[in-house]
Amino acid sequence: MRWLTRRRAIGALAAAGLLAALVVPATSIGSGSAAFSPPTKIGKGEGSLNVIEWPAYTDPSFAKPFEKATGCTIHRKDAGSSNQMVALMRAGGGGGGGQYDLVSASGDASLRLIYGKDVVPINVNLLPGWKQFFPYFKSPAHNTVNGVHYGISLQWGPNTLIYNTKKVKPAPTSWSVVYGKKYAGKISIPNNPIQIADAALYLMKTKPALGIRDPYELTKGQFDAAVALLKRQKPLVKRYWNYAADQITDFKNGDVTVGSTWPYQTLTLQASKLSVKDLIPREGTTGWADTWMLAAKAPHPNCAYMWMKYVTMPKVEAQQAIVFGETPVTPLACPYMNKLQAGSCAQYHLNAPAAYLKSIHFWKVPIADCGWGGRKDCVDFTAWQQAWTQITG
Amino acid sequence: MAVDVAREAGSLRGARLRVSAAFWRRPWLKLAALVGPPVGIYTIVYVGSLAVLLASGFWAVNAFTSETVHTWNLGNFRTIFSTTDLTYWRIIGRTVAMAAAVTVTDAVLAFPLAYFMARLAMPRLRALLFVAVLLPLWSSYLVRIYSWRTILSTSGALNWVLTGLGLPAQHLSGTNWAMWLVFSYIWLPFMVLPVFAAIERIPDSYLEASGDLGARAGRTFRSVMLPLVLPGFVAGSIFTFALTLGDFITPALIGGGPGTAMIGSTVEANVGLNVPFAAALTAVPVAIMGLYLMAAKRLGAFEAL
Repeated sequence: MRWLTRRRAIGALAAAGLLAALVVPATSIGSGSAAFSPPTKIGKGEGSLNVIEWPAYTDPSFAKPFEKATGCTIHRKDAGSSNQMVALMRAGGGGGGGQYDLVSASGDASLRLIYGKDVVPINVNLLPGWKQFFPYFKSPAHNTVNGVHYGISLQWGPNTLIYNTKKVKPAPTSWSVVYGKKYAGKISIPNNPIQIADAALYLMKTKPALGIRDPYELTKGQFDAAVALLKRQKPLVKRYWNYAADQITDFKNGDVTVGSTWPYQTLTLQASKLSVKDLIPREGTTGWADTWMLAAKAPHPNCAYMWMKYVTMPKVEAQQAIVFGETPVTPLACPYMNKLQAGSCAQYHLNAPAAYLKSIHFWKVPIADCGWGGRKDCVDFTAWQQAWTQITG
Repeated sequence: MAVDVAREAGSLRGARLRVSAAFWRRPWLKLAALVGPPVGIYTIVYVGSLAVLLASGFWAVNAFTSETVHTWNLGNFRTIFSTTDLTYWRIIGRTVAMAAAVTVTDAVLAFPLAYFMARLAMPRLRALLFVAVLLPLWSSYLVRIYSWRTILSTSGALNWVLTGLGLPAQHLSGTNWAMWLVFSYIWLPFMVLPVFAAIERIPDSYLEASGDLGARAGRTFRSVMLPLVLPGFVAGSIFTFALTLGDFITPALIGGGPGTAMIGSTVEANVGLNVPFAAALTAVPVAIMGLYLMAAKRLGAFEAL
């Protein structure tokens, strides 16, 4: 390093600064487009389809027939978290960077992609499956803004309370079991800022004085109460899990006995003969719902539409639901599910009454616009993320 | 025919001579041609991206769209070095303490092994030990992490041994202790190799001279061995310290319990949402490593590499 005299060092810094100046403007191009109008018919396939997906969302068991029929070869980029999905879509100047066509965004990512102009509106009339969706999933708040559809609903699932039936007695009926001291050091909680909504939902039912209307639309006071609850929970938590496989390992190893989970983990653990059960506690629960969204710079839009059309057919919905352990958005998938796996339609609550769906508060990205009472001072997701770091760190 | 071939060979030789003469006449040209490409790549790819990274730490993010806003401000650094909310101080402190603990542990473990390899082992055994040290590096990092998870879990091998010996079972999974163990294991080869190189370079005559002058083993170790091996330790510590400082996979998979967040895992959590903040937080280990390297240079670590 001795050769680097002070003058030269300054020169090198100046060169680096110049370089930065050259790079910076290039990344800011790409915003401010005029009103976008989605296509009115699906054109010829481009032979290729690049997706950012949750692992197994284009499982070969149902993707192979699609590839054969349309000639669109699927190239997959598996994401491990919603944040990673957004980061991938934002790379290369945003809008999928001219590389990706579709992203299977969950509700804690979809609004970020919409407001970040990374995805474009789609024409749902080109997707016949859409008309048969449950009413809620036709235009849910997490993918439809002012009546404009930014993608097509796909699959959903509740965040359930899981417990080891041998270790947790009596069987819990309330989320209080993960906030109380009884199972301290044996509690498993997702490592996700959206977990604040779970605390808010619990407070909504147990502390009505806070006046929480929607667990994703919290005023400062309500937000602080939820964060305080999670800080009290922190010493009781064994692990904030990052990946579904992590939580499965923890339950198998006996490191945890109760926690918040997805049906997928419960079914996997039950399949490996572990005595676990899950339920939706009496306070209700949060849930996730995924959306196939079309990238703003999609290089293969026709193949993308063909895929969205294909995966929302009841039969394919059923196939995917069984592969991943989630629930279709169309009631017509029920008989197909039962054919694939007897009793699975009821197991995944696809035949449940509308009240069941109502008890689930689906993930959506918190924004400053509360959406109730005309208030604009709700806590946004950036603050959620910072608070979550505070809680877990 | 033969003349043609000779002439052609002559003209080729002539061209080569002209090029080499040009290089000889202009030494700077030779140097530029030799050093230019690597320096260019280093400047653009490495220093350039580092500069962009540091610059973006001063940007902000639109809370509504979470898009990057290119206005200069110190907001991210104010959040990190806040005096009212000590979250990030805690995370930085924990990360540095972990890096230091891992470095010391590896140094203590590496020395006897490296000493044995360098001075006592027969060539065949030495080769075998080399393979043993390097073997873990041939398998996937993730496989090794997951094996450790199984070992440390409540019903894992560690507790099986402990309860078998009549000792109380430990619940290490998800804790900082577990991370310390795994980090120390994973980075050990990076400490063994430079320490080995440093020990191997010490001439036997030095140790004999020390003995001839009446020093006992302990004194020889303190006054001759340790000062000469120190640059090796410092060189190894650069690896163990820097690698621990930036890692995010071990904190996510081995840690994950309350109070185990590290700089790397916090950066990872912010990348999708708030890139400028993640960049600002990344500047912290860069600065720490900068200071560390300056100190290491003083101790002569770069001569031992």
